[in-house]
Amino acid sequence: MMGGQPPDIQPKEGDALLAITKADLVEMLHDRIGFSKKEAQELVETGLDEIRQALIDGEEVKLSGFGKFELRDKAPRPGRNPKTGEEVTISARRVVNFRPSQVLKARANGER
Amino acid sequence: MTKSELIDRVSQRLDHLNRKDTEVALNTLLDYLGEQIAEGRRVELRGFGSFGTKARAARKGRNPKTGDSVDVPAKQVPYFRAGKSLRTEVNRS
Repeated sequence: MMGGQPPDIQPKEGDALLAITKADLVEMLHDRIGFSKKEAQELVETGLDEIRQALIDGEEVKLSGFGKFELRDKAPRPGRNPKTGEEVTISARRVVNFRPSQVLKARANGER
Repeated sequence: MTKSELIDRVSQRLDHLNRKDTEVALNTLLDYLGEQIAEGRRVELRGFGSFGTKARAARKGRNPKTGDSVDVPAKQVPYFRAGKSLRTEVNRS
């Protein structure tokens, strides 16, 4: 038979299934609640953008039943360039931290 | 920002969707995300970040009140890692 076989992509361990993307979320909203693809896409983009914007503005985001996105201010600390072994100072920074809700933690362990 | 504030803000930006429809859609979205994360799927949202679960090994713990040794079972812990652009933007101001 002529022509190419599709490349044999081996999933990495712990990655046996492909990741869910925004396109899957759009599809899901279309299937489950009958939004048009355009409406679903706008909803997904706007929802994520509002969460993102709140965090950029220094606001924590608490989504009950899902989890809380919080901001942590980290002090500068000494570190090393792993390639060269050179000592560098890791600058002070603000990072996003996610705390899963009790419900989400339980679901991840097959409870509820 | 709470979930109900998120619903307000999103429905204000999308004039063709009323608050009720926005609420149903965002709840459906969060429920689906939770379901997929709980099943061990990775969720990768461009410009935002990724969700997944990490395995934690079983360990011996202590009851902090009594000092008794207790077995803490192995479990899956959900995580989120902010994407590069979100990390940069949050850190800018």
